[in-house]
Amino acid sequence: MSASTDTAVAVPSALRLFWRSFAENRGAVVGLAIMLLLIVVAALADVTAPHSPIEQFRDHFLTPPSWSPGGTSAFLLGTDDVGRDIFARLIYGARLSLVIGLSVVALSLGAGTVLGLTTAFAGGIVDTVIMRLMDILLVFPSLLLAIVIVAILGPSLTNAMIAVAIVALPNYTRLARASALSEMSRDYVTASRSAGASTLRLMFSAVLPNCTAPLIVQASLGFSSAILDAAALGFLGLGAQPPTPEWGTMLAGALQYYQRAWWVLTFPGVSILVTVLAFNLFGDGLRDALDPKLKR
Amino acid sequence: MKKSIVAAACAVALGLTLGAAATAQAKTLVYCSEGSPENFNPMINTTGTTFDANRPIYNRLLEFKLGTTEVGPGLAESWEISPDAKVFTFHLRKNANWHSSKTFKPSRPANADDVIFSFERQWKDTNPYHKVSGGGYDYFGDMDMPALLQSIEKVDDYTVKITLKEPNTPFLADLAMDFASIQSKEYADALLKSGHPEQIDQEPIGTGPFEFVAYQKDTSIRFKKFDGYWGPKAKIDTLVFAITKDPAVRLAKLNAGECQMAPYPTPADLPSIKANAKLQLLSQSGLNIGYLAFNNLKKPFDDVRVRRALSMAIDKKAILEAVYQGAGQPAKNLIPPTLWGYNNSVVDYPYDPAAAKKLLAEAGLPDGFETDLWAMPVQRPYNPDAKRIGELMQADLAKIGVKAKIVSYEWGEYRKRAQNAEGQMVQLGWTGDNGDPDNFFVPLAGCNSEGKPAGNNIAKWCNKEFQDAVNKAATLPNQADRAKLYEQAQAIMHDQAPFYFIAHSVVYLPMAKNVSGFKMSPLGDHRFDEVDVQ
Amino acid sequence: MFRFLLRRIALIIPTFIGVTFLSFVLIHLVPGDPIEVRFGERGIKPERLAELRHAAGLDRPLWEQFLAYENQVAHFNLGESVTTHNPVWQEFLTLFPATVELSLCAILFAIIVGLPLGVIAAVKRGSPFDYGLMGLSVTGASMPIFWWGLMMILIFSVGLGWTPVSGRISDAFYIEPWTGFMLIDAWFSDDAGAVQSAFSHLILPTIVLGTIPLATVARMTRSSMLEVLGEDFIRTARAKGLSGFRVVVIHALRNALIPVVTVIGLQVGTLLGGAILTETIFSWPGVGHWLIESIQRRDYPVLQGGTLLVATLAIVVNLGVDLTYGVLNPRIRR
Repeated sequence: MSASTDTAVAVPSALRLFWRSFAENRGAVVGLAIMLLLIVVAALADVTAPHSPIEQFRDHFLTPPSWSPGGTSAFLLGTDDVGRDIFARLIYGARLSLVIGLSVVALSLGAGTVLGLTTAFAGGIVDTVIMRLMDILLVFPSLLLAIVIVAILGPSLTNAMIAVAIVALPNYTRLARASALSEMSRDYVTASRSAGASTLRLMFSAVLPNCTAPLIVQASLGFSSAILDAAALGFLGLGAQPPTPEWGTMLAGALQYYQRAWWVLTFPGVSILVTVLAFNLFGDGLRDALDPKLKR
Repeated sequence: MKKSIVAAACAVALGLTLGAAATAQAKTLVYCSEGSPENFNPMINTTGTTFDANRPIYNRLLEFKLGTTEVGPGLAESWEISPDAKVFTFHLRKNANWHSSKTFKPSRPANADDVIFSFERQWKDTNPYHKVSGGGYDYFGDMDMPALLQSIEKVDDYTVKITLKEPNTPFLADLAMDFASIQSKEYADALLKSGHPEQIDQEPIGTGPFEFVAYQKDTSIRFKKFDGYWGPKAKIDTLVFAITKDPAVRLAKLNAGECQMAPYPTPADLPSIKANAKLQLLSQSGLNIGYLAFNNLKKPFDDVRVRRALSMAIDKKAILEAVYQGAGQPAKNLIPPTLWGYNNSVVDYPYDPAAAKKLLAEAGLPDGFETDLWAMPVQRPYNPDAKRIGELMQADLAKIGVKAKIVSYEWGEYRKRAQNAEGQMVQLGWTGDNGDPDNFFVPLAGCNSEGKPAGNNIAKWCNKEFQDAVNKAATLPNQADRAKLYEQAQAIMHDQAPFYFIAHSVVYLPMAKNVSGFKMSPLGDHRFDEVDVQ
Repeated sequence: MFRFLLRRIALIIPTFIGVTFLSFVLIHLVPGDPIEVRFGERGIKPERLAELRHAAGLDRPLWEQFLAYENQVAHFNLGESVTTHNPVWQEFLTLFPATVELSLCAILFAIIVGLPLGVIAAVKRGSPFDYGLMGLSVTGASMPIFWWGLMMILIFSVGLGWTPVSGRISDAFYIEPWTGFMLIDAWFSDDAGAVQSAFSHLILPTIVLGTIPLATVARMTRSSMLEVLGEDFIRTARAKGLSGFRVVVIHALRNALIPVVTVIGLQVGTLLGGAILTETIFSWPGVGHWLIESIQRRDYPVLQGGTLLVATLAIVVNLGVDLTYGVLNPRIRR
């Protein structure tokens, strides 16, 4: 479906081909746009945020958003229970969410790839043990597992990220192993092996580059679930600790005010939703463009 | 399969007949309680949540009069105290009927055997029930009963004589506490025979105004009015505790009419509750104290000048405004002003950073020092948000050069480490049990004869003068004489400043307009004896 | 076929032992003590604490506790709760129907709403309806459901007063649990309005828990239908002059259902994670709520037993899915 029939143009570069196929999916482009916006806003948080995210304005507890009666233009989206500007907190929170997504994905993708490749190459007992362990991890409800891990390590943003990464690990390991196994049966691997390439070399310079597509797709979708899971932990009081402006933590703090001040509950949730949505749209587009086989 | 259909059919039939018999207007009161009880035995447990769930069921020899800390008759109609304050004789009422259940039909009202059983269960490990349900009788021990009790004897079926080893006036108030609830010996014996003794604490039988119907864990507890109650009969037919842990959800349920009472609102919701015409808001000064303890075993807190300096450096008013939000009153003594013996002539340390800095310099610390400042991880009745109080104190202390680091642990761990004197400045507090000042001074600031501080004496402060006054007060029969000694003790405590007293919280109870007859208790308990709904 | 079955079942045993081991180790690594956490300001005397820890077996070396636990599990005994002293099994069995009831309703909701929407989107491919639906479905799949649940309560329960805030049934009713399914039990009770009350309590949690499955089912139905609609036999059927509706519903949908059913099967696992959050928000007395509460109480036996049972459930569901594949596709039976 995505195959281009544009024959008049000279052979386009791989990147351009990719872009053409990606841009065909309008949702994906919207997702990408939102993503870029988020990244820019987050990166320039010090400039874009009107206030410090932790400064307490003692005369402005629970000020409503600027357009509601009682709101002031100084606080666009209102303030929380201790007078902190919600808009500023959301902007800094965007930075945190991106960091969370990135670190979790990097952690689980890295570890998962190494584990997956190792099992694929080693086979035998190593394969059995590692894959059994992954099966066991998969059997637990992921949120429960994450909660227990955070309870062990103690509630903090770093520990929440570690927990989410561990929970996501089996998916990457399985995927990496499966694609490595299918690559290894190809002729080029057999050829380079008989040419005397070392196992490590084979693993990382021959097989790995050829399994990247499904891993990239999984990673882009994993980004959104990492943000969601970390926010859920924050919401349960197990993620970032106050006054850190993490969105889930903001929701947890807003809980006791939700009948009195709708804005403290609404905006962080919308931010999570929009961010996750953007990454999902982008991930879908990426999948369609990179790996037409996976298209559904 | 067949069996269950038959059962279902029977139940439907039964339901129909019951439904026909039921009068048109059955009054139900739903109370959105804050947590699950551990079981239905107030002897074993120590939490207010569990006590609240047991109070409709059980009676004690003596009862606190509704809404007061004053002790009045309960299962005992009258009592006499020997002149040496050692022998207490109780005359039991003859019409205190026991509840019945599917498995138990009582043959007699409560009598001396039940009283003796209930005390011996806690007291003597030869009692067959001593180990049942994990059997720890913490309050019994904390109130020093094993050391205090000489004997409990049955004079006749309706007379019990308790002899103490030494005179002790607070003893009467102890008997009205929840741990002194009376269980049925007849029920206990029947259960022992059937081999399920633990059921005594799960399907409770009591003499109280309500009978236990059912408990669904973490969901609800149901009681129904007990028609055979000895006192004034309950005005509602069904009492339900809907267990709702989250204060915001409790309030939402109250607003939606899903329950009629929702205790422990967050201070932030108070304005909207007050503004709501469908609700009423009761309040009561709590019998509690939230404090910051200076660890007297550690330098520099062993120097009274440092303790006084810090007491002047913290802005109490800011804490009350920002954290208690009107749900608290500033504290200057260990006991709250609602308690007799309160010394109102004590003048609190003023907020005066300049004087504090000067005093600190006199103590040889002109540049301040570094320390830790502990904050509980959980909300307590006397302290709605220890971490925020910590932040405010931290900022105030920084102004006189004291750099405090906020420290917190998981709750069980926090308490243990605080009791082991690991902290330097530790926030904690206390809720009174029985309306006797002794119940504050001895556990929180008392030391034994060898000068070893009590476990809950977090300040680890031992002062002979103070201790003598408090010890002597416990042995005197006359309240006015005791009050004088307690006032002295408070003056000493103020002078020595082992604690920085933060606040006595005010306890609020929002409820629907159509609820009447509820009296808030200074002890913080919830009783439904006279509650009615329109 | 029989050998395949045996092989799959034999593979479960090490997984199962691993699960008991991991749940035991993880839970015992959590700091805090199930006994100490229960006490208020007055705390507990050290001698008394030691006594209680001894009674609960908490003072034994960890490996000894583990062996004792394995031995118990082998005898289908999961121990008893440290706080209530009820057997873990019994607590699980009384709460499990609540979770099943909610999950079933959520799945049904997802199917009843998602399937027709997916079909319509496929038939009207490229229309505004199609785009709108797909947009909504990605949004649904991105939903932070803890927040979604709160917003629903805020709007429909607190704001409009249409639905109850939390719980399974109004506290005015007392329904003796027979089946544990509130709708059924309420049906058999003779209280007028009990069924209605139980039903109204189910609405919001069902929608919240069903949102992600709904999004998935709608997407899956659409893409599966698109594939089938493009195939020869549909064109033949149309060419034969069959009406559009008949073709779509009878011929195409039937063939498109297989992948959809698979996806629904796979949702069962994710539902449980969602149930933890949904039950927490709506105070729904199910297994998820129970597990979260017992983490706070440090109730080791409940946590261990509960996770073990939930994990076992997942193993059984996975096995079921595997076996179904094995039956459908003999090539998998290596």
